[in-house]
Amino acid sequence: MTDHILSQNSAAARDVDVVRSRETRRHRFNAVLRYALLTVVGLLMLYPLIWLIGASFKTNSEIFSNPGFWPEHPTLDGYIRGWKTSTPYSFGTFFINTLWIVIPKVIGTAISCTAVAYGFARFDFPFKKVLFSALIATLLLPNVVTRIPQYLIFRDLGWLDSYLPLWVPSALAGDAFFVFMLVQFLRAIPRDMEEAARVDGANTIQTLVFIVVPLLMPALISVCLFQFMWTMNDFLGPLIYISSVEKYPISLALKLSIDTTEAFEWNRVLAMSVLSLAPALAVFFLAQKYFIDGISSGGIKG
Amino acid sequence: MSGDNKFLGLFYLSPFIIGLLVFTALPFLASLYLSFTNYNLMNEPVFTGLQNYIRLFTNDRTFRKSLWVTLVYVFTTVPLKLVFALFMAVILNYKLKFINVFRTAYYVPSILGGSIAIAVLWRYIFADVGLVNMGLQLIGFEPVNWFGDPTNALFTITLLRLWQFGSAMVIFLAALQSIDKTLYEAASIDGAGKWTSFVYITLPLITPVIFFNLIMQMVQAFQEFNGPYIITQGGPLKSTYLLPIYIYDEAFKRFDMGYASAIAWVLFLIIMALTLIAFWSSRHWVYYAGDKRS
Repeated sequence: MTDHILSQNSAAARDVDVVRSRETRRHRFNAVLRYALLTVVGLLMLYPLIWLIGASFKTNSEIFSNPGFWPEHPTLDGYIRGWKTSTPYSFGTFFINTLWIVIPKVIGTAISCTAVAYGFARFDFPFKKVLFSALIATLLLPNVVTRIPQYLIFRDLGWLDSYLPLWVPSALAGDAFFVFMLVQFLRAIPRDMEEAARVDGANTIQTLVFIVVPLLMPALISVCLFQFMWTMNDFLGPLIYISSVEKYPISLALKLSIDTTEAFEWNRVLAMSVLSLAPALAVFFLAQKYFIDGISSGGIKG
Repeated sequence: MSGDNKFLGLFYLSPFIIGLLVFTALPFLASLYLSFTNYNLMNEPVFTGLQNYIRLFTNDRTFRKSLWVTLVYVFTTVPLKLVFALFMAVILNYKLKFINVFRTAYYVPSILGGSIAIAVLWRYIFADVGLVNMGLQLIGFEPVNWFGDPTNALFTITLLRLWQFGSAMVIFLAALQSIDKTLYEAASIDGAGKWTSFVYITLPLITPVIFFNLIMQMVQAFQEFNGPYIITQGGPLKSTYLLPIYIYDEAFKRFDMGYASAIAWVLFLIIMALTLIAFWSSRHWVYYAGDKRS
Protein backbone atom coordinates (compact mmCIF):
# COMPACT_ATOMS: atom_id res chain seq x y z
CA MET A 1 0.00 0.00 0.00
CA THR A 2 2.64 2.42 1.06
CA ASP A 3 4.75 1.21 -1.84
CA HIS A 4 1.90 1.85 -4.20
CA ILE A 5 1.40 5.35 -2.95
CA LEU A 6 5.08 6.03 -3.05
CA SER A 7 5.40 4.82 -6.62
CA GLN A 8 2.34 6.83 -7.59
CA ASN A 9 3.80 9.85 -5.90
CA SER A 10 7.14 9.45 -7.56
CA ALA A 11 5.44 9.00 -10.94
CA ALA A 12 3.55 12.22 -10.40
CA ALA A 13 6.72 13.86 -9.21
CA ARG A 14 8.47 12.64 -12.32
CA ASP A 15 5.70 14.12 -14.46
CA VAL A 16 6.03 17.42 -12.65
CA ASP A 17 9.77 17.25 -13.12
CA VAL A 18 9.38 16.57 -16.82
CA VAL A 19 6.99 19.49 -17.23
CA ARG A 20 9.21 21.69 -15.14
CA SER A 21 12.39 20.86 -17.01
CA ARG A 22 10.54 21.33 -20.30
CA GLU A 23 9.44 24.69 -19.05
CA THR A 24 12.91 25.73 -17.90
CA ARG A 25 14.29 24.53 -21.20
CA ARG A 26 11.74 26.64 -23.03
CA HIS A 27 12.56 29.57 -20.75
CA ARG A 28 16.23 29.13 -21.38
CA PHE A 29 15.65 28.87 -25.13
CA ASN A 30 13.54 32.02 -24.94
CA ALA A 31 16.22 33.85 -23.02
CA VAL A 32 18.93 32.77 -25.46
CA LEU A 33 16.79 34.00 -28.35
CA ARG A 34 16.25 37.33 -26.65
CA TYR A 35 19.92 37.80 -25.85
CA ALA A 36 20.90 36.85 -29.39
CA LEU A 37 18.45 39.33 -30.90
CA LEU A 38 19.42 42.08 -28.46
CA THR A 39 23.11 41.57 -29.12
CA VAL A 40 22.75 41.49 -32.91
CA VAL A 41 20.62 44.65 -32.93
CA GLY A 42 22.97 46.30 -30.43
CA LEU A 43 26.02 45.58 -32.56
CA LEU A 44 24.27 46.78 -35.71
CA MET A 45 23.31 49.97 -33.90
CA LEU A 46 26.70 50.70 -32.46
CA TYR A 47 28.87 49.48 -35.31
CA PRO A 48 28.67 52.72 -37.34
CA LEU A 49 30.02 54.59 -34.30
CA ILE A 50 32.73 52.01 -33.66
CA TRP A 51 33.69 52.08 -37.34
CA LEU A 52 33.79 55.88 -37.24
CA ILE A 53 36.34 55.84 -34.43
CA GLY A 54 38.51 53.29 -36.25
CA ALA A 55 38.15 55.06 -39.59
CA SER A 56 39.32 58.37 -38.12
CA PHE A 57 42.75 56.73 -37.68
CA LYS A 58 42.83 55.31 -41.20
CA THR A 59 44.48 56.67 -44.28
CA ASN A 60 42.20 58.23 -46.87
CA SER A 61 42.46 55.27 -49.23
CA GLU A 62 41.61 52.79 -46.49
CA ILE A 63 38.37 54.48 -45.39
CA PHE A 64 36.48 53.27 -48.44
CA SER A 65 38.14 49.88 -48.69
CA ASN A 66 38.26 48.49 -45.15
CA PRO A 67 34.94 47.73 -43.46
CA GLY A 68 36.71 46.59 -40.30
CA PHE A 69 37.44 48.61 -37.18
CA TRP A 70 41.24 48.27 -37.02
CA PRO A 71 43.23 50.56 -39.29
CA GLU A 72 45.90 48.70 -41.27
CA HIS A 73 48.23 51.69 -41.21
CA PRO A 74 47.14 53.74 -38.19
CA THR A 75 47.77 57.43 -38.61
CA LEU A 76 47.03 60.59 -36.68
CA ASP A 77 47.08 62.52 -39.93
CA GLY A 78 43.31 63.10 -39.87
CA TYR A 79 43.44 64.58 -36.38
CA ILE A 80 46.49 66.75 -36.97
CA ARG A 81 45.35 68.19 -40.27
CA GLY A 82 41.69 68.27 -39.26
CA TRP A 83 42.49 70.27 -36.12
CA LYS A 84 44.18 72.93 -38.26
CA THR A 85 41.07 73.19 -40.49
CA SER A 86 40.97 74.95 -43.84
CA THR A 87 40.17 78.26 -42.10
CA PRO A 88 42.55 80.64 -40.28
CA TYR A 89 41.17 79.20 -37.00
CA SER A 90 41.90 75.87 -35.38
CA PHE A 91 39.18 73.46 -34.38
CA GLY A 92 39.89 74.53 -30.79
CA THR A 93 38.37 77.93 -31.58
CA PHE A 94 35.17 76.23 -32.72
CA PHE A 95 35.10 74.15 -29.55
CA ILE A 96 35.42 77.25 -27.39
CA ASN A 97 32.72 78.99 -29.45
CA THR A 98 30.43 76.02 -28.89
CA LEU A 99 30.96 76.13 -25.14
CA TRP A 100 30.41 79.87 -25.24
CA ILE A 101 27.00 79.21 -26.79
CA VAL A 102 26.12 76.19 -24.68
CA ILE A 103 27.05 77.23 -21.14
CA PRO A 104 25.17 80.56 -20.91
CA LYS A 105 22.22 78.93 -22.63
CA VAL A 106 22.09 76.06 -20.14
CA ILE A 107 22.38 78.45 -17.17
CA GLY A 108 19.67 80.74 -18.55
CA THR A 109 17.41 77.76 -19.17
CA ALA A 110 17.91 76.36 -15.68
CA ILE A 111 17.18 79.66 -13.90
CA SER A 112 14.23 80.81 -15.98
CA CYS A 113 12.55 77.40 -16.21
CA THR A 114 12.86 76.86 -12.45
CA ALA A 115 11.32 80.25 -11.65
CA VAL A 116 8.46 79.76 -14.11
CA ALA A 117 7.78 76.19 -12.97
CA TYR A 118 7.74 77.40 -9.34
CA GLY A 119 5.26 80.10 -10.28
CA PHE A 120 2.95 77.63 -12.03
CA ALA A 121 3.18 74.89 -9.40
CA ARG A 122 2.93 76.93 -6.19
CA PHE A 123 0.88 80.10 -6.79
CA ASP A 124 -2.57 81.16 -7.79
CA PHE A 125 -2.81 84.25 -9.89
CA PRO A 126 -4.99 85.86 -12.55
CA PHE A 127 -4.92 84.19 -16.01
CA LYS A 128 -3.15 81.11 -14.64
CA LYS A 129 -5.23 78.75 -16.77
CA VAL A 130 -4.75 80.80 -19.90
CA LEU A 131 -1.02 80.97 -19.36
CA PHE A 132 -0.73 77.26 -18.70
CA SER A 133 -2.67 76.53 -21.88
CA ALA A 134 -0.27 78.86 -23.69
CA LEU A 135 2.61 76.81 -22.30
CA ILE A 136 1.12 73.59 -23.64
CA ALA A 137 0.40 75.28 -26.98
CA THR A 138 4.03 76.41 -27.31
CA LEU A 139 5.04 72.85 -26.56
CA LEU A 140 3.17 71.65 -29.62
CA LEU A 141 3.87 74.66 -31.83
CA PRO A 142 6.33 73.75 -34.60
CA ASN A 143 9.28 76.17 -34.61
CA VAL A 144 9.15 76.33 -38.36
CA VAL A 145 6.23 78.75 -38.22
CA THR A 146 7.90 81.33 -35.96
CA ARG A 147 11.42 81.15 -37.36
CA ILE A 148 11.25 83.83 -40.05
CA PRO A 149 9.73 86.62 -37.93
CA GLN A 150 12.12 85.72 -35.10
CA TYR A 151 14.96 86.29 -37.53
CA LEU A 152 13.48 89.67 -38.45
CA ILE A 153 13.11 90.63 -34.78
CA PHE A 154 16.74 89.76 -34.08
CA ARG A 155 17.81 91.67 -37.17
CA ASP A 156 15.95 94.76 -35.97
CA LEU A 157 17.55 94.39 -32.54
CA GLY A 158 20.95 94.28 -34.25
CA TRP A 159 21.69 90.85 -32.82
CA LEU A 160 22.57 89.03 -36.04
CA ASP A 161 25.98 87.34 -36.08
CA SER A 162 26.04 87.26 -32.28
CA TYR A 163 25.05 84.55 -29.82
CA LEU A 164 22.19 86.59 -28.38
CA PRO A 165 19.52 85.00 -30.65
CA LEU A 166 20.66 81.63 -29.36
CA TRP A 167 20.78 82.66 -25.69
CA VAL A 168 17.92 85.04 -25.05
CA PRO A 169 14.84 82.96 -25.97
CA SER A 170 16.08 80.15 -23.70
CA ALA A 171 16.79 82.58 -20.87
CA LEU A 172 13.12 83.60 -21.15
CA ALA A 173 11.94 80.02 -20.55
CA GLY A 174 11.45 79.54 -24.28
CA ASP A 175 11.82 75.77 -24.04
CA ALA A 176 8.32 75.07 -22.84
CA PHE A 177 9.10 71.42 -22.61
CA PHE A 178 11.50 71.91 -19.71
CA VAL A 179 9.05 74.12 -17.84
CA PHE A 180 6.39 71.47 -18.24
CA MET A 181 8.73 68.76 -16.99
CA LEU A 182 9.68 70.77 -13.90
CA VAL A 183 6.04 71.65 -13.15
CA GLN A 184 5.15 67.96 -13.23
CA PHE A 185 8.04 67.18 -10.92
CA LEU A 186 7.20 69.99 -8.49
CA ARG A 187 3.56 68.97 -8.26
CA ALA A 188 4.66 65.60 -6.92
CA ILE A 189 6.74 67.17 -4.11
CA PRO A 190 4.82 67.84 -0.86
CA ARG A 191 4.71 71.46 0.25
CA ASP A 192 5.31 70.87 3.99
CA MET A 193 8.90 72.02 4.05
CA GLU A 194 8.16 75.15 2.04
CA GLU A 195 5.26 76.03 4.34
CA ALA A 196 7.45 75.51 7.40
CA ALA A 197 10.08 77.81 5.92
CA ARG A 198 7.45 80.46 5.20
CA VAL A 199 6.12 80.24 8.76
CA ASP A 200 9.68 80.77 9.97
CA GLY A 201 9.76 84.01 8.02
CA ALA A 202 11.44 83.10 4.73
CA ASN A 203 10.14 84.96 1.71
CA THR A 204 9.25 83.15 -1.51
CA ILE A 205 12.62 83.76 -3.14
CA GLN A 206 14.46 82.31 -0.15
CA THR A 207 12.05 79.37 -0.11
CA LEU A 208 12.66 78.78 -3.80
CA VAL A 209 16.44 78.93 -3.52
CA PHE A 210 16.97 77.06 -0.26
CA ILE A 211 14.08 74.58 -0.15
CA VAL A 212 12.65 74.02 -3.63
CA VAL A 213 15.80 74.01 -5.74
CA PRO A 214 17.54 71.28 -3.70
CA LEU A 215 14.41 69.11 -3.91
CA LEU A 216 14.13 69.80 -7.62
CA MET A 217 17.77 68.94 -8.29
CA PRO A 218 17.35 65.55 -10.06
CA ALA A 219 14.88 67.02 -12.56
CA LEU A 220 16.94 70.16 -12.94
CA ILE A 221 20.04 68.13 -13.78
CA SER A 222 18.06 66.30 -16.47
CA VAL A 223 16.96 69.63 -17.90
CA CYS A 224 20.53 70.94 -18.02
CA LEU A 225 21.86 67.77 -19.60
CA PHE A 226 19.23 67.70 -22.32
CA GLN A 227 19.72 71.38 -23.07
CA PHE A 228 23.46 70.76 -23.24
CA MET A 229 23.01 67.92 -25.75
CA TRP A 230 20.47 69.71 -27.90
CA THR A 231 22.54 72.88 -28.04
CA MET A 232 25.71 70.95 -28.89
CA ASN A 233 23.77 69.33 -31.74
CA ASP A 234 21.96 72.47 -32.84
CA PHE A 235 22.72 73.31 -36.44
CA LEU A 236 19.86 75.35 -37.84
CA GLY A 237 20.08 78.09 -35.18
CA PRO A 238 23.76 78.90 -35.79
CA LEU A 239 23.25 78.39 -39.54
CA ILE A 240 20.67 81.18 -39.60
CA TYR A 241 22.22 83.58 -37.12
CA ILE A 242 26.00 83.17 -37.21
CA SER A 243 27.74 84.37 -40.35
CA SER A 244 31.39 85.02 -39.47
CA VAL A 245 33.60 81.97 -39.42
CA GLU A 246 35.41 83.11 -36.28
CA LYS A 247 32.14 82.70 -34.35
CA TYR A 248 31.22 79.29 -35.78
CA PRO A 249 30.33 76.47 -33.40
CA ILE A 250 31.51 72.94 -34.27
CA SER A 251 28.30 72.01 -36.09
CA LEU A 252 28.86 74.78 -38.66
CA ALA A 253 32.61 74.10 -38.77
CA LEU A 254 31.95 70.47 -39.67
CA LYS A 255 29.56 71.49 -42.42
CA LEU A 256 32.22 73.87 -43.70
CA SER A 257 34.85 71.14 -43.62
CA ILE A 258 32.74 68.76 -45.73
CA ASP A 259 32.15 71.55 -48.21
CA THR A 260 35.82 72.41 -48.57
CA THR A 261 37.81 69.22 -48.08
CA GLU A 262 35.58 66.27 -48.50
CA ALA A 263 36.42 65.36 -52.06
CA PHE A 264 39.87 64.13 -51.06
CA GLU A 265 40.60 64.28 -47.32
CA TRP A 266 38.01 62.12 -45.73
CA ASN A 267 39.93 61.23 -42.58
CA ARG A 268 40.10 64.90 -41.59
CA VAL A 269 36.33 65.15 -41.60
CA LEU A 270 35.89 61.86 -39.76
CA ALA A 271 38.49 62.75 -37.13
CA MET A 272 36.76 66.06 -36.40
CA SER A 273 33.40 64.28 -36.29
CA VAL A 274 34.80 62.00 -33.58
CA LEU A 275 36.07 64.98 -31.60
CA SER A 276 32.78 66.80 -31.92
CA LEU A 277 30.88 63.78 -30.59
CA ALA A 278 33.29 63.21 -27.71
CA PRO A 279 31.90 65.78 -25.21
CA ALA A 280 28.33 64.61 -25.71
CA LEU A 281 29.33 60.96 -25.33
CA ALA A 282 31.39 61.68 -22.22
CA VAL A 283 28.55 63.59 -20.58
CA PHE A 284 26.08 60.89 -21.49
CA PHE A 285 28.10 58.09 -19.95
CA LEU A 286 28.82 60.08 -16.79
CA ALA A 287 25.18 60.97 -16.29
CA GLN A 288 23.11 58.40 -18.16
CA LYS A 289 20.83 57.82 -15.16
CA TYR A 290 19.51 61.38 -15.51
CA PHE A 291 18.83 60.96 -19.21
CA ILE A 292 16.92 57.72 -18.83
CA ASP A 293 14.99 59.04 -15.80
CA GLY A 294 14.32 62.28 -17.62
CA ILE A 295 12.73 60.67 -20.64
CA SER A 296 10.93 57.97 -18.68
CA SER A 297 9.27 60.50 -16.42
CA GLY A 298 8.71 63.46 -18.66
CA GLY A 299 8.85 61.93 -22.08
CA ILE A 300 11.38 63.74 -24.20
CA LYS A 301 11.64 63.84 -27.93
CA GLY A 302 14.86 62.57 -29.39
CA MET B 1 0.64 80.84 0.41
CA SER B 2 -2.63 82.48 1.41
CA GLY B 3 -1.30 85.84 2.55
CA ASP B 4 0.73 86.38 -0.60
CA ASN B 5 0.06 89.06 -3.10
CA LYS B 6 -1.98 87.47 -5.85
CA PHE B 7 0.41 88.83 -8.46
CA LEU B 8 3.43 87.09 -6.90
CA GLY B 9 2.99 84.10 -9.22
CA LEU B 10 3.05 86.42 -12.22
CA PHE B 11 6.37 87.78 -10.98
CA TYR B 12 7.87 84.29 -11.27
CA LEU B 13 6.24 83.83 -14.65
CA SER B 14 7.53 87.13 -16.01
CA PRO B 15 10.37 85.60 -18.10
CA PHE B 16 7.91 83.22 -19.67
CA ILE B 17 5.33 85.92 -20.34
CA ILE B 18 7.89 88.20 -22.02
CA GLY B 19 9.29 85.31 -24.06
CA LEU B 20 5.81 84.15 -24.99
CA LEU B 21 4.80 87.58 -26.26
CA VAL B 22 8.02 88.59 -27.99
CA PHE B 23 9.39 85.32 -29.35
CA THR B 24 6.30 83.19 -29.84
CA ALA B 25 3.01 85.09 -30.09
CA LEU B 26 4.32 88.04 -32.07
CA PRO B 27 6.31 85.91 -34.57
CA PHE B 28 3.37 83.56 -34.93
CA LEU B 29 1.04 86.36 -35.98
CA ALA B 30 3.76 88.11 -37.97
CA SER B 31 4.43 85.02 -40.05
CA LEU B 32 0.73 84.73 -40.85
CA TYR B 33 0.76 88.35 -41.99
CA LEU B 34 4.01 87.92 -43.95
CA SER B 35 2.52 84.95 -45.77
CA PHE B 36 0.11 87.41 -47.43
CA THR B 37 2.87 89.76 -48.49
CA ASN B 38 5.76 90.09 -50.86
CA TYR B 39 8.83 90.82 -48.75
CA ASN B 40 12.45 90.51 -49.82
CA LEU B 41 14.11 92.24 -46.82
CA MET B 42 15.05 95.29 -48.93
CA ASN B 43 11.69 97.02 -49.20
CA GLU B 44 8.77 97.11 -46.80
CA PRO B 45 6.41 94.12 -47.01
CA VAL B 46 3.76 94.66 -49.70
CA PHE B 47 0.35 93.12 -49.05
CA THR B 48 -0.57 90.81 -51.92
CA GLY B 49 -3.54 88.90 -50.52
CA LEU B 50 -3.69 85.22 -51.36
CA GLN B 51 -1.15 85.49 -54.16
CA ASN B 52 1.55 83.44 -52.41
CA TYR B 53 -0.89 80.64 -51.67
CA ILE B 54 -2.28 80.69 -55.19
CA ARG B 55 1.22 80.44 -56.59
CA LEU B 56 2.02 77.58 -54.20
CA PHE B 57 -0.90 75.44 -55.23
CA THR B 58 -1.21 76.27 -58.91
CA ASN B 59 2.18 77.26 -60.17
CA ASP B 60 4.92 75.67 -58.10
CA ARG B 61 6.06 72.20 -59.02
CA THR B 62 8.88 72.31 -56.46
CA PHE B 63 6.32 72.83 -53.71
CA ARG B 64 4.18 69.92 -54.87
CA LYS B 65 7.21 67.67 -55.09
CA SER B 66 8.48 68.83 -51.71
CA LEU B 67 5.08 68.37 -50.04
CA TRP B 68 4.79 64.86 -51.46
CA VAL B 69 8.31 63.91 -50.35
CA THR B 70 7.61 65.27 -46.87
CA LEU B 71 4.41 63.25 -46.52
CA VAL B 72 6.10 60.08 -47.78
CA TYR B 73 8.95 60.65 -45.36
CA VAL B 74 6.72 61.25 -42.33
CA PHE B 75 4.33 58.40 -43.09
CA THR B 76 7.14 55.88 -43.49
CA THR B 77 9.51 57.07 -40.76
CA VAL B 78 7.06 57.55 -37.89
CA PRO B 79 5.23 54.18 -38.08
CA LEU B 80 8.45 52.25 -38.69
CA LYS B 81 10.14 53.94 -35.78
CA LEU B 82 7.23 53.40 -33.39
CA VAL B 83 6.80 49.73 -34.32
CA PHE B 84 10.51 49.04 -34.03
CA ALA B 85 10.81 50.93 -30.72
CA LEU B 86 7.84 49.04 -29.28
CA PHE B 87 9.17 45.70 -30.53
CA MET B 88 12.56 46.27 -28.91
CA ALA B 89 10.93 47.50 -25.69
CA VAL B 90 8.87 44.29 -25.49
CA ILE B 91 12.02 42.19 -25.98
CA LEU B 92 13.81 44.20 -23.31
CA ASN B 93 10.91 44.02 -20.87
CA TYR B 94 11.95 40.73 -19.39
CA LYS B 95 13.97 39.70 -16.39
CA LEU B 96 17.27 39.91 -18.21
CA LYS B 97 20.71 40.46 -16.85
CA PHE B 98 22.50 43.40 -18.42
CA ILE B 99 19.19 45.03 -19.36
CA ASN B 100 20.74 48.38 -18.46
CA VAL B 101 23.68 47.76 -20.77
CA PHE B 102 21.34 47.09 -23.70
CA ARG B 103 19.11 50.00 -22.84
CA THR B 104 22.11 52.32 -22.76
CA ALA B 105 23.53 50.94 -26.01
CA TYR B 106 20.23 51.51 -27.79
CA TYR B 107 19.89 54.96 -26.36
CA VAL B 108 23.29 56.28 -27.47
CA PRO B 109 22.16 56.93 -31.08
CA SER B 110 19.23 59.02 -29.81
CA ILE B 111 21.63 61.27 -27.93
CA LEU B 112 24.01 61.75 -30.84
CA GLY B 113 21.73 61.29 -33.83
CA GLY B 114 20.68 64.89 -34.24
CA SER B 115 24.26 66.09 -34.58
CA ILE B 116 25.96 67.12 -37.77
CA ALA B 117 28.77 64.63 -37.09
CA ILE B 118 26.32 61.74 -37.40
CA ALA B 119 24.82 63.15 -40.59
CA VAL B 120 28.38 63.36 -41.94
CA LEU B 121 28.97 59.75 -40.86
CA TRP B 122 25.81 58.75 -42.74
CA ARG B 123 27.20 60.22 -45.94
CA TYR B 124 30.26 58.03 -45.57
CA ILE B 125 28.61 54.78 -44.63
CA PHE B 126 25.99 55.01 -47.40
CA ALA B 127 28.45 56.17 -50.07
CA ASP B 128 28.87 53.96 -53.17
CA VAL B 129 31.94 52.32 -51.66
CA GLY B 130 30.90 53.02 -48.07
CA LEU B 131 30.51 50.75 -45.07
CA VAL B 132 26.97 49.59 -45.87
CA ASN B 133 27.80 48.51 -49.41
CA MET B 134 31.02 46.85 -48.24
CA GLY B 135 28.93 44.94 -45.71
CA LEU B 136 26.31 43.98 -48.30
CA GLN B 137 29.02 42.63 -50.59
CA LEU B 138 30.59 40.66 -47.74
CA ILE B 139 27.34 38.74 -47.24
CA GLY B 140 26.85 38.28 -50.96
CA PHE B 141 24.48 41.08 -51.96
CA GLU B 142 24.77 43.59 -54.75
CA PRO B 143 25.83 47.08 -53.62
CA VAL B 144 22.96 49.58 -53.59
CA ASN B 145 23.09 53.01 -55.16
CA TRP B 146 21.90 54.85 -52.04
CA PHE B 147 22.27 58.48 -53.01
CA GLY B 148 21.90 58.22 -56.78
CA ASP B 149 18.47 56.63 -56.75
CA PRO B 150 15.61 58.93 -55.65
CA THR B 151 13.75 56.19 -53.73
CA ASN B 152 16.81 55.03 -51.82
CA ALA B 153 18.03 58.51 -50.96
CA LEU B 154 14.96 59.34 -48.89
CA PHE B 155 15.20 55.96 -47.23
CA THR B 156 18.73 56.65 -45.95
CA ILE B 157 17.25 59.55 -43.99
CA THR B 158 14.46 57.34 -42.70
CA LEU B 159 17.14 54.86 -41.62
CA LEU B 160 19.03 57.61 -39.79
CA ARG B 161 15.95 58.48 -37.76
CA LEU B 162 15.04 54.81 -37.25
CA TRP B 163 18.51 54.36 -35.82
CA GLN B 164 17.42 56.82 -33.14
CA PHE B 165 14.54 54.67 -31.89
CA GLY B 166 16.04 54.69 -28.36
CA SER B 167 14.13 57.53 -26.78
CA ALA B 168 10.76 56.22 -27.97
CA MET B 169 11.83 52.78 -26.75
CA VAL B 170 12.71 54.02 -23.26
CA ILE B 171 9.29 55.63 -22.96
CA PHE B 172 7.60 52.41 -24.10
CA LEU B 173 9.74 50.38 -21.71
CA ALA B 174 8.79 52.54 -18.73
CA ALA B 175 5.11 52.05 -19.62
CA LEU B 176 5.53 48.28 -20.05
CA GLN B 177 7.25 47.98 -16.69
CA SER B 178 4.40 49.77 -14.95
CA ILE B 179 1.80 47.21 -16.09
CA ASP B 180 0.43 45.11 -13.22
CA LYS B 181 1.89 41.59 -13.64
CA THR B 182 -1.14 39.91 -12.07
CA LEU B 183 -3.14 40.79 -15.18
CA TYR B 184 -0.94 38.46 -17.22
CA GLU B 185 -1.18 35.70 -14.61
CA ALA B 186 -4.96 35.95 -14.62
CA ALA B 187 -5.00 35.86 -18.41
CA SER B 188 -2.73 32.83 -18.61
CA ILE B 189 -4.92 30.95 -16.10
CA ASP B 190 -7.82 31.68 -18.45
CA GLY B 191 -5.76 30.09 -21.21
CA ALA B 192 -4.60 33.20 -23.05
CA GLY B 193 -1.39 32.82 -25.03
CA LYS B 194 1.39 35.37 -25.16
CA TRP B 195 0.18 37.01 -28.33
CA THR B 196 -3.40 37.25 -27.02
CA SER B 197 -2.13 38.82 -23.79
CA PHE B 198 -0.07 41.28 -25.78
CA VAL B 199 -2.98 42.34 -27.98
CA TYR B 200 -5.65 42.46 -25.28
CA ILE B 201 -3.68 43.55 -22.21
CA THR B 202 -0.38 45.17 -23.15
CA LEU B 203 -1.45 47.24 -26.15
CA PRO B 204 -4.56 48.79 -24.58
CA LEU B 205 -2.67 49.69 -21.42
CA ILE B 206 0.13 51.47 -23.25
CA THR B 207 -2.06 53.40 -25.70
CA PRO B 208 -1.40 56.68 -23.82
CA VAL B 209 2.34 56.43 -24.51
CA ILE B 210 1.75 55.24 -28.06
CA PHE B 211 -0.31 58.37 -28.53
CA PHE B 212 2.34 60.57 -26.90
CA ASN B 213 5.15 59.08 -29.01
CA LEU B 214 3.05 59.36 -32.15
CA ILE B 215 2.43 63.08 -31.69
CA MET B 216 6.01 63.91 -30.69
CA GLN B 217 7.61 61.87 -33.47
CA MET B 218 5.23 63.23 -36.07
CA VAL B 219 5.78 66.88 -35.18
CA GLN B 220 9.51 66.23 -35.21
CA ALA B 221 9.52 64.33 -38.51
CA PHE B 222 7.66 67.12 -40.28
CA GLN B 223 10.46 69.48 -39.26
CA GLU B 224 13.37 67.29 -40.35
CA PHE B 225 16.17 69.51 -41.61
CA ASN B 226 19.69 68.40 -40.62
CA GLY B 227 19.51 64.94 -42.19
CA PRO B 228 18.59 65.85 -45.75
CA TYR B 229 20.47 69.15 -45.65
CA ILE B 230 23.79 67.48 -44.83
CA ILE B 231 23.39 63.98 -46.24
CA THR B 232 21.73 64.56 -49.61
CA GLN B 233 21.30 68.34 -49.96
CA GLY B 234 17.72 67.65 -51.00
CA GLY B 235 18.73 65.60 -54.04
CA PRO B 236 18.80 63.65 -56.26
CA LEU B 237 15.99 65.16 -58.36
CA LYS B 238 14.62 66.84 -55.21
CA SER B 239 13.75 63.40 -53.83
CA THR B 240 14.82 64.45 -50.32
CA TYR B 241 13.84 68.10 -50.62
CA LEU B 242 11.68 68.21 -47.50
CA LEU B 243 9.53 71.29 -46.84
CA PRO B 244 11.75 72.69 -44.04
CA ILE B 245 14.64 72.83 -46.52
CA TYR B 246 12.48 74.50 -49.13
CA ILE B 247 11.40 77.07 -46.52
CA TYR B 248 15.02 77.65 -45.51
CA ASP B 249 16.11 78.15 -49.12
CA GLU B 250 13.27 80.55 -49.91
CA ALA B 251 13.81 82.57 -46.72
CA PHE B 252 17.56 82.61 -46.22
CA LYS B 253 18.99 82.03 -49.68
CA ARG B 254 16.47 83.77 -51.95
CA PHE B 255 15.27 86.13 -49.18
CA ASP B 256 11.67 85.69 -50.28
CA MET B 257 10.33 85.99 -46.74
CA GLY B 258 6.66 86.28 -47.74
CA TYR B 259 6.66 83.18 -49.89
CA ALA B 260 8.68 81.22 -47.31
CA SER B 261 6.16 82.20 -44.63
CA ALA B 262 3.32 80.92 -46.80
CA ILE B 263 5.06 77.53 -47.15
CA ALA B 264 5.70 77.50 -43.40
CA TRP B 265 2.02 78.13 -42.77
CA VAL B 266 0.94 75.32 -45.06
CA LEU B 267 3.32 73.00 -43.23
CA PHE B 268 2.04 74.28 -39.88
CA LEU B 269 -1.59 73.73 -40.88
CA ILE B 270 -0.82 70.18 -42.02
CA ILE B 271 0.90 69.38 -38.72
CA MET B 272 -1.94 70.95 -36.78
CA ALA B 273 -4.63 69.13 -38.75
CA LEU B 274 -2.93 65.78 -38.18
CA THR B 275 -2.39 66.55 -34.49
CA LEU B 276 -6.06 67.46 -34.12
CA ILE B 277 -7.11 64.27 -35.94
CA ALA B 278 -4.88 62.29 -33.57
CA PHE B 279 -6.39 64.03 -30.52
CA TRP B 280 -9.90 63.64 -31.82
CA SER B 281 -9.46 59.98 -32.67
CA SER B 282 -7.66 59.28 -29.39
CA ARG B 283 -10.95 59.05 -27.52
CA HIS B 284 -11.69 55.92 -29.55
CA TRP B 285 -8.41 54.14 -29.04
CA VAL B 286 -6.49 55.63 -26.12
CA TYR B 287 -7.28 54.02 -22.79
CA TYR B 288 -6.74 56.01 -19.62
CA ALA B 289 -6.79 53.97 -16.41
CA GLY B 290 -9.72 54.89 -14.21
CA ASP B 291 -11.52 56.46 -17.14
CA LYS B 292 -15.16 55.41 -17.53
CA ARG B 293 -15.25 55.85 -21.27
CA SER B 294 -13.30 52.71 -22.14
